[in-house]
Amino acid sequence: MRAGLKTTMTALAMLAITTSLSQAEDVEVLHWWTSGGEAAALNVLKDDLGTKTIGWVDMPVAGGGGEAAMTALRARVTAGDAPTAVQMLGFDILDWAGEGALADLSATATAEGWDKVVPTALQAFSTSNGQWIAAPVNVHSTNWVWINKAALDAAGGKAPETWEELVAVLDAMKANGITPLGHGGQAWQDATVFDAVVLGMGADFYKAAFIDLDPAALGGDQMAEAFNRLIKLRSYVDDNFSGRDWNLASAMVINGEAGMQMMGDWAKGEFLKAGKVPGADFVCIRFPGTQGMVTFNSDQFAMFNQTDAAAQEAQVAMAKAIMDPAFQSAFNVVKGSVPARTDVSNEAFDDCGKKGMADLAEANTNGMLFGSMAHGHAAPAAVKNATYDVITAAFNGEYADGAAAAAALAEAVAAAQ
Amino acid sequence: MSAVSQDTAVSTGRVTRAFLYLVLLLFALFYLLPLYVMAINSVKPLDEITGGNMMALPSQWTLAPWRSAWSTAQIGVEPTGLRPYFLNSILMVVPAVAISTIIGALNGYVLTKWRFRGDTWVFGLMLFSCFIPFQIVLIPMAVVLGKLGLAGSVPGLVLVHVVYGIGFTTLYFRNYYASFPTELVRAAMIDGAGFFAIFWRILLPVSGPIAVVSVIWQFTNIWNDFLFGVSFGGTSQPMTVALNNLVQSSTGVKEYNVHFAGAILAALPTLFVYIVAGRYFVRGLMAGSVKG
Amino acid sequence: MAASAADFRTRLQDWLPKLVLAPSFAVTLLFVYGFILFTVVLSFTGSKMLPRFDWVGFANYEKLFALPAWHTAIVNIAIFATLYIVICTVVGLMLAIFLDQKIRGEGVLRPIYLYPMALSFIVTGTAWKWFLDPGIGLERIMHQWGWESFSFTWIKDGEMALYTIVIAAVWQTSGFVMAMFLAGLRGIDNEILKAAQIDGASNWQLYRRIVIPLLRPAFLSAFVILSHLAIKSYDLVIALTGGGPGRATEMPATFMYSYTFTRNQMGIGASSAVIMLMTIAAIMVPYLYAELREKKA
Repeated sequence: MRAGLKTTMTALAMLAITTSLSQAEDVEVLHWWTSGGEAAALNVLKDDLGTKTIGWVDMPVAGGGGEAAMTALRARVTAGDAPTAVQMLGFDILDWAGEGALADLSATATAEGWDKVVPTALQAFSTSNGQWIAAPVNVHSTNWVWINKAALDAAGGKAPETWEELVAVLDAMKANGITPLGHGGQAWQDATVFDAVVLGMGADFYKAAFIDLDPAALGGDQMAEAFNRLIKLRSYVDDNFSGRDWNLASAMVINGEAGMQMMGDWAKGEFLKAGKVPGADFVCIRFPGTQGMVTFNSDQFAMFNQTDAAAQEAQVAMAKAIMDPAFQSAFNVVKGSVPARTDVSNEAFDDCGKKGMADLAEANTNGMLFGSMAHGHAAPAAVKNATYDVITAAFNGEYADGAAAAAALAEAVAAAQ
Repeated sequence: MSAVSQDTAVSTGRVTRAFLYLVLLLFALFYLLPLYVMAINSVKPLDEITGGNMMALPSQWTLAPWRSAWSTAQIGVEPTGLRPYFLNSILMVVPAVAISTIIGALNGYVLTKWRFRGDTWVFGLMLFSCFIPFQIVLIPMAVVLGKLGLAGSVPGLVLVHVVYGIGFTTLYFRNYYASFPTELVRAAMIDGAGFFAIFWRILLPVSGPIAVVSVIWQFTNIWNDFLFGVSFGGTSQPMTVALNNLVQSSTGVKEYNVHFAGAILAALPTLFVYIVAGRYFVRGLMAGSVKG
Repeated sequence: MAASAADFRTRLQDWLPKLVLAPSFAVTLLFVYGFILFTVVLSFTGSKMLPRFDWVGFANYEKLFALPAWHTAIVNIAIFATLYIVICTVVGLMLAIFLDQKIRGEGVLRPIYLYPMALSFIVTGTAWKWFLDPGIGLERIMHQWGWESFSFTWIKDGEMALYTIVIAAVWQTSGFVMAMFLAGLRGIDNEILKAAQIDGASNWQLYRRIVIPLLRPAFLSAFVILSHLAIKSYDLVIALTGGGPGRATEMPATFMYSYTFTRNQMGIGASSAVIMLMTIAAIMVPYLYAELREKKA
């Protein structure tokens, strides 16, 4: 009996080992789209690969916008057991490329002409030293404002186009007795709002401060003004904002408790899920003063070096499948983002999606497409988190004024570099 | 071991007793509160949660969240629910608990009945392993598991949990065996019984209570571990990782009722162990670890 | 021939205990002390995303102590650990003494007190977060029940958020501490108590003068278990406040994790780990020394 149990255990353990080793025709995919619609969207890719007889070994790790997945990834790579394909964001891709861990997809990219259809600002993260190292799946743009239509009508009915108009609308909403700004007090949400505020001060300023990390811009008068605006926005948030999940803030706008939310395009899913109609129940606008500009983050899949030829073929097939326009459309319709290629038909998308695609194409052409600092596409992780520290502290009223916050920002960024 | 004595010499008046019961009941409410919140919200439709009172009874009872969490919710790309991950966790927990408990028992036996020069040092050094924060061992552990070829596998996870469990199990068994009369061991030795024979025939039969403590402690810690599971589990991820995948979504809609149902499902084995073995737990603690 | 076989057996018997212990000891040396050494080495390197061995001297330590968040973390752990250990001990002891008074329904109450230890904070974190949230939790319920002026906004307040973590932590482990004290109480010889009562000692005096001093081993075990849980507290903080509001509830464990794994500043993360380990050693080594030396005597 005991011996029998032992054999069974060993057999089961062996089974677990063999199943964990990916077979040659399989791709093992590490990602953090683990629940609900996101996971369903990824299933589109899995099914697509299935038709090409490539198996999918799933390695989902959720938490903190990929942070837990990146920790697991580091353990896997250190153990010499890297997954075949990994969902990644921004500077993480470049950091791994710097470690020499990523496979070169250039041959496929050249043959398929990726460089002609992927926006230049995105290519900065998909290529390193002239080699293609990742296939972008989507573009999320982060400088959106989601407004409850009824609340907007009660506050004058005109969507704000400048900072002054925004303040006027927020004041009117406050006078109407609702929370003007639905917001969740988590570092990345504070930073998302601040990205938009900084971009609203001008594209050149955003680029100087957040992309080039120019100390003069980071600590200067304009940054002080940006922080003052952020502090001003704080006065339109309810007392309960700290730690609130972004989707609960969306819910406040959906049920009219709050007037508007400043959040990336993924918030749209919450509105649609609640049965709200774009244009009729809610309005989506770019953050006032940022029309024509887009801050983005982009999910990409990077391929880790494999020695096995069949595994490499599977990686190439997966990269091709990701870049397929039909997949880009199908996936992004479900996910709420816009395709990472600019040549995908907008037929399947709703109004906000169509506007997102048009904005992206326009911003790309005009050089107005910038990586989002809040979402790790403007500066490496150490700098991003250093800005989080200051932005969150400023939002929570820890600095006397904007100038003090700006000085702290310049200092924190310098220390993190 | 004498039976647990329910007897105290203290006599108490009626008012005092009423006060005692009141305090004890208030604390029971305090401990039950989060479980109540989880349970009651796991049987409500989602709109009742987002729109209503979190303490209120559901106006419409539903078991759909439980079914969803168990077998249909999206965990990664597969809509499997938590069900398949139970087996992964059990395959990891059972051997890890058994091995670390057996090793702890043997170590405790050696450290108390076969003492040698420097044994307290050995014990002291082993005990410090209880206090190491797991976050710092992640990277070097990955290197070692990679070298052993155990990365991303259940045996690898078992190894990790055994390594960081034997400090506690050794502590428990050592303190327990310390109060066991050494004369009995000596007598058996004179009768010619060997090392393992003595352990098997004399120590093991009286080890029940402390084995319960060791098993409960290890079972709880290993079942609830997330960090090691996510880093070294590979594709045979344990329950906690699946639960985390269910409840954490970066940009998706949060189905709180399904999350709570899943959370309770994931906790059922540990709850079961505590409730069934709980009565032996105090007895085991009494017999061992808290005695000098 | 027979003699040498017997001789071999005796020698084997001499060596067997050490052979049995050896694997555990070897494993501890590698997986605990080896890894600690590895961390110490890392803390003197400029490692960022992955370990790298470029020597930078004490630069990481200088950077670490220049970071305001690290100071917050140290102050927080001091406050948190003190309150957590004291409150858990007091509550645990009180419940154990009360429960030891021939309470009817002990069999029901005991698992209720114990069960929180069985749940991970991945599970209970959301429930606690809701409960403490003024918008949906306790404050709103009190308002709905008619107590309009009730206010409980600690979790949203940078000054007070730390104390909500104490509440949840006490909830999780005080039942376990209760079990340890209850075991200690049940182990006390009733004759001693009876004798003291005959001498006319009041209940209060009985517990203060006789019972509590007899519980010394239980106090020490509780202290060890609670202090290691306090230092390791990570899940709790992440689940309840995520280190916020702002970074008001940053703790050494969350600090170390975030610098090592999410901020790609592994060198600084390692140096904070070394400081943590030194603190643990400073608390534990004297305790272990005293405990183990006493046993020998």
